[in-house]
Amino acid sequence: MTAPTVARRPRRTEHQSLPWGSPVVYFVALIVIALMLAPIAYIILGGFRTNAQITTDPAGLPDPWNVGNYLTVIGGGIFWRQVLNSTIVGAVTTLGAVGLGLMASYVLARYQFRGRGALYSLFAAGLMFPITVAITPLYIVVRNLGLMNSLAGVILPQIAFALPTTIIILVPFLRAIPDEIQESAFIDGCSRLGFFFRMVLRLSLPGVITTGILVFIGSWNSYLLPLFILNKEAAFTLPLGVQAFSSQYSTDTAQVLAFTSLSMIPALVFFSLFERRIVGGLTGAVKG
Amino acid sequence: MSNAPETTSTERVSTADLAQHDGSVAGASLPSGQRRRIAWSGPLEIAILAGPATVFFVAFVILPVVMAAYYGFYRWNGYGPPTNFVGLQNYMVILQDPAFLQALSHNAFILVASLVLQGPAAILLALLLNRRMRGQSVIRVLIFVPYVISEVVVGTGWSLMLQNNGALNGWLRNLGLGDLAHDWLADPSVAIWTLMAILTWKYIGFAVILFLAGLQGIPEELYEAAALDGASYWQIQRRITLPLLGPTLRIWAFLSVIGALQLFDLVYIIWGQYVSSTAGTSTMASYMVTNGRNAGNYGYGNAVAVVIFIISLVVALVYQRFVLRRDTAGALTERKAR
Repeated sequence: MTAPTVARRPRRTEHQSLPWGSPVVYFVALIVIALMLAPIAYIILGGFRTNAQITTDPAGLPDPWNVGNYLTVIGGGIFWRQVLNSTIVGAVTTLGAVGLGLMASYVLARYQFRGRGALYSLFAAGLMFPITVAITPLYIVVRNLGLMNSLAGVILPQIAFALPTTIIILVPFLRAIPDEIQESAFIDGCSRLGFFFRMVLRLSLPGVITTGILVFIGSWNSYLLPLFILNKEAAFTLPLGVQAFSSQYSTDTAQVLAFTSLSMIPALVFFSLFERRIVGGLTGAVKG
Repeated sequence: MSNAPETTSTERVSTADLAQHDGSVAGASLPSGQRRRIAWSGPLEIAILAGPATVFFVAFVILPVVMAAYYGFYRWNGYGPPTNFVGLQNYMVILQDPAFLQALSHNAFILVASLVLQGPAAILLALLLNRRMRGQSVIRVLIFVPYVISEVVVGTGWSLMLQNNGALNGWLRNLGLGDLAHDWLADPSVAIWTLMAILTWKYIGFAVILFLAGLQGIPEELYEAAALDGASYWQIQRRITLPLLGPTLRIWAFLSVIGALQLFDLVYIIWGQYVSSTAGTSTMASYMVTNGRNAGNYGYGNAVAVVIFIISLVVALVYQRFVLRRDTAGALTERKAR
């Protein structure tokens, strides 16, 4: 009980350079990371094996390595059409949710008006109800709008469901813009609307990027809404595509693994590029 | 540093100049006119800026929930206007259906197990990763990776890995632990624990990142003072870290509870596609999709949605009333004060 204290106390006050942690800490961290990455490694490595290899030794490594599965997937048209669909849905959802969310957050953060608290609560309440509860009637709304099997039928509801998170994260960012900046902009003859378009976007960029990434990854991975709205293979996004592919080629495990691992690359790349932003944004949201 | 006052003073001069210039052009009535313009253009601006988001939100989030309440009173196959009004019959059937009650009990199990298993594990991991050491940022990123991967990929990968002749049993046999091999997905006695393991794997990174964010908000001086007073590491964590991490913990627990009540994707992907039976892992949401949409019984599906909604709402309100009250009360008064 006391041993770690003795070892740790001096470290807390050391700010200059990052010291090495104790071996125990690294050991635990290593085990956790191995657990986190093993299933992902299984998917990626499995794609480099043949079905014969997988059948004889399900837990083995590729021997020899075989890129045929990946080449087949990359060479086929289905995969790329689904990548395109997912990209369109993700990009438009992100633009829409961040754009509308930023406008609404600006009002909620910087205008005084009756009903502001109620409006904020309305959006915040949306956090409580993920798409699961609304999906059955939502399907009927989308069908009545004539948007079945169209990407717009996924995009529009996704924008709406992304708004609560976006607004909750962005309001603290916008509130943190110093009043002096706004006042001097007004004195310079800038209207509040002009201030919004000229200054707010630039000043809240970190928050905007964070929410944008969260919305994009959420859209890229979303499953339930496309499952209800998109029934034709031409309109499938990647998650539906992975599922369809894996049931269609259920005996071709290696091919399924290759398809699956290729489909997770964009989200992983996005995340690794902007990991700091995501973590920073969540910090702001929790504190705000 | 020495530059800063200079630039602000020149800015002030320039803005003053501008104001003067404006004044001379527009005349003496400017101040009152300006004030009036702001006063009545305010509502218009608010409508322009907040209107679109509100319309979207009401049309695709609020309206469907209201519609569900309406359709839930009908027996309806989803086509044409609903005509066969059956009153509360759908709800009577739901609440007496053993399959639904089982699904509800699975949700309850997952809710409790998530809080009990993931919470402490995530706190320990966050404490571990909050210490200044080399490689900490890499470790943080890697722990968060599963959270970023889609449920379909997670479901497909884990299903193939956990099959009877899959990789996990293969590893166990290679290690000489063949006795431990199970049919992890199809055996009803272990399936729900398998689901818990996958859920923990997928979502613990989110909890860790939240807790790390909370930990960074705790002032370093508190730790230094406690250390000077001779407090042990665990005393410091219990007396300082945990209380000050309270708001973050309560927000995480809230998100975890809501997520547990509405769990669908992983269950439906793994036990809907790769395993023939549900093996005791069905949830309210998977029950809703199976018995509503898949059965072509939209009235019934909507009624199930309403039941899930009411259960979530009651849990959320109770939670906010008794647990989150302190946090939100502070936030609301602060908001009003501004």
